Amino acid sequence: MTDVLIPILVSTVIAATPLIYAALGELVTERAGVLNLGVEGMMLVGAITGFAVGLSSGSLVLGYLAAAAAGVAMALVFGLLTITLQTNQVATGLALTLFGVGLSAFVGRPFAGQPIAGAPAVSIPLLSELPVLGPLLFRYNLLVYGSLLLFFAVHWFLTRTHTGLKLRAIGEAPQVSHALGHPVARVRYAATAFGGACSGIAGAYLSTALTPMWVEGMSAGRGWIALALVVFATWKPLRVLLGAYLFGGMTVIQLYAQGFGLHIPSEFMSMLPYLATIIVLVLICRDPKTILLNQPAALGRSYHPDA
Amino acid sequence: MPRLERRAEPSRLMQLGAPMLAAMLMLATGFLIFTLLGKDPVAAFRVFFIKPLATSYGLGELLLKTTPLLLCAVGLALAFRANVWNIGAEGQLTIGAITGAGVALAFGDQPSAWILPAMLLAGIAGGMLWAAIPAFLRTRFNTNEILVSLMLVYIAQLLLAYLVHGPWRDPAGFNFPQSRTFNDWELLPLLFEGARTNVGFILALLVALAAWFFVARSHAGYRMQVAGLAPAAAAYAGFSEKRNIWLALLLSGATAGLAGIGEVAGPIGQLQPSVSPGYGFAAIIVAFVGRLHPAGIVLASLLMSLLYLGGEQAQMELAMPAAVTGLFQGLLLFYLLAADLFVNFRLRWRRAAIAPKPIETAATITAEAAP
Repeated sequence: MTDVLIPILVSTVIAATPLIYAALGELVTERAGVLNLGVEGMMLVGAITGFAVGLSSGSLVLGYLAAAAAGVAMALVFGLLTITLQTNQVATGLALTLFGVGLSAFVGRPFAGQPIAGAPAVSIPLLSELPVLGPLLFRYNLLVYGSLLLFFAVHWFLTRTHTGLKLRAIGEAPQVSHALGHPVARVRYAATAFGGACSGIAGAYLSTALTPMWVEGMSAGRGWIALALVVFATWKPLRVLLGAYLFGGMTVIQLYAQGFGLHIPSEFMSMLPYLATIIVLVLICRDPKTILLNQPAALGRSYHPDA
Repeated sequence: MPRLERRAEPSRLMQLGAPMLAAMLMLATGFLIFTLLGKDPVAAFRVFFIKPLATSYGLGELLLKTTPLLLCAVGLALAFRANVWNIGAEGQLTIGAITGAGVALAFGDQPSAWILPAMLLAGIAGGMLWAAIPAFLRTRFNTNEILVSLMLVYIAQLLLAYLVHGPWRDPAGFNFPQSRTFNDWELLPLLFEGARTNVGFILALLVALAAWFFVARSHAGYRMQVAGLAPAAAAYAGFSEKRNIWLALLLSGATAGLAGIGEVAGPIGQLQPSVSPGYGFAAIIVAFVGRLHPAGIVLASLLMSLLYLGGEQAQMELAMPAAVTGLFQGLLLFYLLAADLFVNFRLRWRRAAIAPKPIETAATITAEAAP
């Protein structure tokens, strides 16, 4: 039993990690009242940047830093348009995704099909060699542990710090926050940039750890699933974590289903994560109060102090 | 230091000028990109924007690629006007291709004048069916239509892949993942000698005309418009929100479905694993660049079609990646959104004596709601 179960659980954690990064980043952005639908585009740009820099410099850490920076750059473009220039957030987010898809494919052409040494798994003396717990807990690459660290950091920041409280206030009532002297635009820029950095790292994880190579459009809707996860989680970090593992499991089941002698065409199995996203959204949104009570009140609305 | 100041009224001039400004900025950026890539920008521009139009065949290709873009964008514009964010036109297009082709594969073996109309109707019905899913989930379960319609794109593409790899694969097709090729009576008739443009283009123009009539002259179109611009006013006037959502999604699904079957019964001529190079997504940009107005959308879809053609030409002659088209598309929408700033704001170099207070009129709301 364990020799089937352990690989499934391990692959679940590995598949869930990019979703955790992207969704936690977007959660912070949305908590500040900014709806950035460009996650998919930022992920793709992060994926190619992380891959290209990691490959040419030989250092994956450098690749991840570059990917985060690329995500921030994309997010700042979005911020400039929506926060300073007051454009519609939905349309601008779509534009960011379309732009990111095009840009990453354009820049990434020379890198298609090139091999890269994937992120190595950690090896902790004694712990990694434990029979069941070793592979289950102590043999992932560093980004997997980083995603958990990010969860604790985001949770702590939003609920335990003064700045986190300000950020949430800005997401609920920007006018009031402005009147209290909080820098609405600056906090929104920072939250958007943070979301961009997380999406960039999520993308780099795809191209250097999950499948160590660059393929056009390789995020395959994960950015959108991350957006759905934030709604599913009713804007709470812990539920993002649980939701991401649920979805990670969903993508892994399709790989193992064939092995169990289930003869469902592979295309139908591949539909599972997308179907699950829809079903989960329906379950969460069914009661309008769930959304009304949890969604940041100013989500998606631009704010201009003079207007 | 220049500062932004809200205009008392949105500028009509800028509303029309912003798309042109955006197109020019996109061209300027293209110039820069070509130069950075070490290509002679003038020669590259000729390949990209002039050469595709130099022959009558090329012009035919322009109209051919305009057709699906125009169809999808006209439908999407109706939805966007009503503040319904259907971004899954690509999926509705794919399902339209599947249902339309299904009719051909089931009944098309004998020549008949009824096959082609039946295929087109089935394509429209397929697109509507796929768009009905987000409409139902939004009206019944309050589920965000953006995410649902997008997830359905992936599901539609996987469904198409399953069909052409499995039950609908041509038994005489050497195991290629594609259906049998369509017979003459299952294909849209060509418009001219020596070009691939078919009657689908005329259909698309008629749909655009009908959409204009719907928006400008029908009560249902008016209700959708009000619901998009001022939801509270629409509710007060007793316009049903659910009805608007259904109408917006079904109409945009119908045009996308027609675009899908038009591709399969047109230039492609059979079902393949991929029936569209992202027309459904590019149509989102077309709708905005065309100011959500059918006439503007006709022009914008011609421009977008030229970007596709130019991308193909640049791929062949300059060994540039095909993705350059996607890059230009994204840039165009960015610049448009940024240029739209000047519809509602103006730059002031000095502080105005009295900052004019914005007046909430229908006009300012209109300008704000149009993204």
